[in-house]
Amino acid sequence: MTAADTGAMRLSGSVDMTHGGGGRAMAELIRDLFRRHLSNPILDQGDDAALFDVPAGRLVMATDGHVILPLFFPGGDIGSLAVHGTLNDVAMSGARPLYLTAGFILEEGFPLADLDRIVASMARAAREAGVPVVTGDTKVVEKGKGDGVFITTTGLGVVPEGVHVSADNARPGQAILLSGSIGDHGVAILSKRENLEFETEILSDSAALHGLVADMIEAVPGIAVLRDPTRGGLSATLNEIARAANVGMQLDETAIPVKPDVAAACELLGLDPLNVANEGKLVCICEAESAERLLSVMRAHPLGREAALIGHVMQDDANLVQMTTGFGGSRVVDWLSGEQLPRIC
Amino acid sequence: MKYVDEFRDRALAEKLARQIAQEARLERDYHFMEFCGGHTHAIFRYGVQDLMPENVEFVHGPGCPVCVLPVRRLDDAVELAERHGVILTTYGDMMRVPGTKQRSLIRAKADGADIRMVYSTLDALKIARDNPDRQVVFFAIGFETTTPPTAVAIKQAQAEGLTNFSVFCNHVLTPAAIGHILDSPDFAAGGPARIDGFLGPSHVSAVIGSKPYEAAAEKYQKPVVIAGFEPLDVMQSVLMLIRQVNEGRAEVENEYTRVVTREGNGKAQALVDEVFEVRKTFEWRGLGEVADSALSIRDGYAAFDAEKHFAISEKQSRETKSCECPAILRGVKKPTDCKLFGTVCTPDNPMGSCMVSSEGACAAYWTYGRFRTAEKAKEAEPA
Repeated sequence: MTAADTGAMRLSGSVDMTHGGGGRAMAELIRDLFRRHLSNPILDQGDDAALFDVPAGRLVMATDGHVILPLFFPGGDIGSLAVHGTLNDVAMSGARPLYLTAGFILEEGFPLADLDRIVASMARAAREAGVPVVTGDTKVVEKGKGDGVFITTTGLGVVPEGVHVSADNARPGQAILLSGSIGDHGVAILSKRENLEFETEILSDSAALHGLVADMIEAVPGIAVLRDPTRGGLSATLNEIARAANVGMQLDETAIPVKPDVAAACELLGLDPLNVANEGKLVCICEAESAERLLSVMRAHPLGREAALIGHVMQDDANLVQMTTGFGGSRVVDWLSGEQLPRIC
Repeated sequence: MKYVDEFRDRALAEKLARQIAQEARLERDYHFMEFCGGHTHAIFRYGVQDLMPENVEFVHGPGCPVCVLPVRRLDDAVELAERHGVILTTYGDMMRVPGTKQRSLIRAKADGADIRMVYSTLDALKIARDNPDRQVVFFAIGFETTTPPTAVAIKQAQAEGLTNFSVFCNHVLTPAAIGHILDSPDFAAGGPARIDGFLGPSHVSAVIGSKPYEAAAEKYQKPVVIAGFEPLDVMQSVLMLIRQVNEGRAEVENEYTRVVTREGNGKAQALVDEVFEVRKTFEWRGLGEVADSALSIRDGYAAFDAEKHFAISEKQSRETKSCECPAILRGVKKPTDCKLFGTVCTPDNPMGSCMVSSEGACAAYWTYGRFRTAEKAKEAEPA
């Protein structure tokens, strides 16, 4: 019997406590499911820790826990998201990601077929990104103590010589660029939430951004800030940067791309697209004179086609992010407190 | 987006702004109360104030359903979840409102109470169906807009024979509040504050119609313009109010004709009337006891009335000390007049209800309008 046959047989069942017990069942799960999909020379060494060479330069490390519901959503799933999310955190320091690790917490009773789909999707995302998962861990918790599956990934990368990207680099006068339309991921997820299901063709924008970042850094090595506006959306990201660099910002609402479907869903639910999560977009702050060059590089990349100049960094000790509204007024763009909630009146 | 963008058009806004500036008389100022939090939200989110001349001022009204719920009723809801062990279902806005000693539903949930956020009353019914061995209470709040869905849920529960579903009813009525505000000493002649007219509720009026405001407009000689929630609706309504004031009229006019009629939605009104009756009096945060201003569940549906089903204890509920929510809800103070605003009280750590809901005046000031405060402070500094 081949390993693949065994895997196929086992996939009809569900996770039980023995899969985390350290015994044969766990070894089989690792061999037949995880390693079957994620196979690469470092992982296949099969040791408790991954062993690899390190290139010269500054290393970057980022870790991210993924606890998403639903696990499968239009445009992705928790597996691909766990890869993209961490790769993007590494890439936002200007780094080239090298390796990933993955820790799984499985809930007893979780269908093995679903786990197989998730790990396959994870492997595909890692392969497309060119970054192998080199070590991992699996634990099983009793039914009711988890939510199907939680995945924590850690990414390691290296920053090219001369690149110093950090939120506190933002300075008054610099340009604020956005790589594309906002709110796609959050709306795709919401459309599948229990009690809130609605019809939309919006897909999550979940994607690994390091290729786009590499092109941008090659064109303009002096990029000041890179951030991916995930949870809390664009507003949270810009506020974080403003606070870190002790600056303010002035945005133009009409310059911020929002897909009509996303705008409509947000309108219906009483949400602000500025606060809705993205998983494949980045914000870049650079010297104003580099903005045009960067925009053309971004627009030449598949993940930056709709890149836009959305505003400028200002001097402001109160660190306010302000916006000229499409209506012609002004407002503050604040970050959210807690969850964004649909309005009731 | 069709049917939305038309009401947020910049060119039209500028045209209306010019017209308002032209017709607003320089020798006087205009204080208009926007009754609804929806209006407050639109004014701040779109920066409508920037398009107004200096002598037109918005006075923020009590029309934020989360804001006007008195602390005691919130404490009662916490008690239902904690002491009576029910599954308490609630609209999300309610979760973070601080009760006595800052105890909110979200705190109670963290401490183990079973409190679930729902998007509609039908979600609450579903939870009741799915948990036949648990009592499920829907924490009903809101104005006339949210009342019909509660009535539907109660009737549906009766039709299905559900015995584990009830409603903790806190629905309140708009017209009574308008009269109450104008009767208060704050707005009496020579009082500390003034209202020249009202931007009337939009969604509420879709249900009750524009007719119920006619008595107040006549009695107090204040114009009312039913205004939609889009920014152009607000501006057009301001223009209509200015014209009424200038001409000495005090009528109920309807700007929101695409939704509101004089008679309202008869079917919804009949449904509400079948399930609910008017309470003699009800406490509003900020306004105190207001006669004929809220609904309770009729005896015929007593089986679904959480207040009859559970023995809710008497308690000593208290507002947060120094919180100006009550005065802000009456329209006599601005959020920036409150000592707590922006210092101890922010949306991350709300001390009062007005800082929680996106429709609350404090949250709107903080979230969208903080730079105005900063600018004013700068202007006040000696050069």
